[in-house]
Amino acid sequence: MTNDLRELYQEVILDHGKRPRNLREIPGANHKAEGFNPLCGDRATVYLHLEGEVVKDVSFVGRGCSISTASASMMTESLRGKTRAEAEALFERFHDLVTGEPVKPGGPDLGKLAVFSGVSEFPVRVKCASLPWHTFKAALRGEATPVSTETGAE
Amino acid sequence: MTLTTNPVSPRERGADEKGRSTERPFDVDRVRQDFPILATTVHDKPLVYLDNAASAQKPRAVIDAERRVYEECYANVHRGVHQLSMRATDLYEASRVKVQKLLNAASHKEIVFTRGTTEAVNLVAAAYGRKHVGAGDEVLITGLEHHSNIVPWQMLCEEKGARLRVAPIDDAGEVVLPELEKLLGDRTRIVSVAHVSNALGTILPIRRIVEIAHARGVPVFVDGAQAVPRLPVDVQALGCDFYAFSGHKAYGPSGIGVLYGRAEVLSAMPPFQGGGDMILSVTFEKTVYNDIPYKFEAGTPHIAGAIGLGAAVDYMTTLGLDAIHAYEDQLLAYGTEKLSRVPGLRIIGTAREKTGVLSFVLDGVHPHDVGTVLDYEGIAIRTGHHCAQPVMERFGVPATARASFAFYNTRDEIDALVRGLHRVREMFA
Repeated sequence: MTNDLRELYQEVILDHGKRPRNLREIPGANHKAEGFNPLCGDRATVYLHLEGEVVKDVSFVGRGCSISTASASMMTESLRGKTRAEAEALFERFHDLVTGEPVKPGGPDLGKLAVFSGVSEFPVRVKCASLPWHTFKAALRGEATPVSTETGAE
Repeated sequence: MTLTTNPVSPRERGADEKGRSTERPFDVDRVRQDFPILATTVHDKPLVYLDNAASAQKPRAVIDAERRVYEECYANVHRGVHQLSMRATDLYEASRVKVQKLLNAASHKEIVFTRGTTEAVNLVAAAYGRKHVGAGDEVLITGLEHHSNIVPWQMLCEEKGARLRVAPIDDAGEVVLPELEKLLGDRTRIVSVAHVSNALGTILPIRRIVEIAHARGVPVFVDGAQAVPRLPVDVQALGCDFYAFSGHKAYGPSGIGVLYGRAEVLSAMPPFQGGGDMILSVTFEKTVYNDIPYKFEAGTPHIAGAIGLGAAVDYMTTLGLDAIHAYEDQLLAYGTEKLSRVPGLRIIGTAREKTGVLSFVLDGVHPHDVGTVLDYEGIAIRTGHHCAQPVMERFGVPATARASFAFYNTRDEIDALVRGLHRVREMFA
């Protein structure tokens, strides 16, 4: 396997892609949003339970490619216990990472999410990694319209 | 002024003068040399291009023809008395005749240049549909259509308060003809079907569908985008009223396509777009429209594209559509057998009559991941819904991976695909 490909499909990503964590509904969740990637037909629903300003629980339902599944899985793990402001900051930091933007000083620590750095080398896969996060943000802000990455064309 | 396209005798191509294949096997190695892009590498691997149903690569003859238009004889068509304009017009019109012969249309006046199949569907939906489809009427399509043969009709139905009916497909990906027949009713105003499914490869029994529809006086539009590059097409034998295809899938330039329409049907249709070239005379009180096909070609067309398409038509007919079809059929049989042996692989679309399209899903691996890993092996396939979301829904998958063959593909390339799929499985299974 070439290096770029190994950078993209790191072991942690393959593992979360095969065995996603928090793949479940949250009964009585007070926030929820749907995301859709028309390019590959992937759909995901993100459930979010906020207590005050704190993410008490977060989960997702739906399966996509290994990148989007792993991204959703690891996102849910890293968001639990974060405040709304911290979650938004983490979104921005993650977005910069996968789109290849330079690291802004003073941002939150990405922790395990740093394994997604290889995605920036694959422009068509950036949306796979970012869709769960956009969907989470929509849930956080209570936006009702489904999140779509784009319009597909042959 | 002559602008011939790579004169290669049919004999050299393993075909007789009528384009039928002779005893000699199809010389794919020679054919490949006509396509400069096939010599390129992707991720340091030789390119294996298996995304032909999305768009085909271009032979040198097409690239040269288009370049020569701009270098030697470019001017606007149907306008100037000057030499260049006349040359450009001659070449543009010569391409129309080439397309007429390719489709065996009765007259070159039945060949309208469009931007592609999509614009052709929109043209008919707008010009024919707006006139003939009213509130409570119905438009009949099938369950395997490309979005371009769904959405324009949906828009028409919405505007007119008409209803879009859909003939179902079975588990093999074949249209259920008795159901189609049942859906053809008193209110059906037009039937619009693909000749070949882009997502499944199914070849539809167009002649039969036309018989059924015409028996009820309903005209038939055929989306031939996937058929023209790989099957001999005879619009008079098919009996259809409209037939459309795109240049870019038929080894020609993108941005050019064709609408065939029977002369009497086209003549009775109102224009599609208004502008220059589609008129005979204009005053502020009244405009007299031009005759067919010009009535439907408003504005300056894609001149070089149309001439390039003519070169592509020459190229295909020199190889012979029968020879192309026979060779691609061999590739399909070989590919079907090889892919079926990959553990966990399921082929979607198993119609008895098929072109070289292998749509598939791999257990536990998303098509998008299949596509990315194969890309690193230099193999280009399509992954996704192939602009046919209802087909994906019918088979209960969000997406598929699709390998689609052209006459320049080889068994070795199919072997490379299979090796790549084993790599994919090692990684994800």
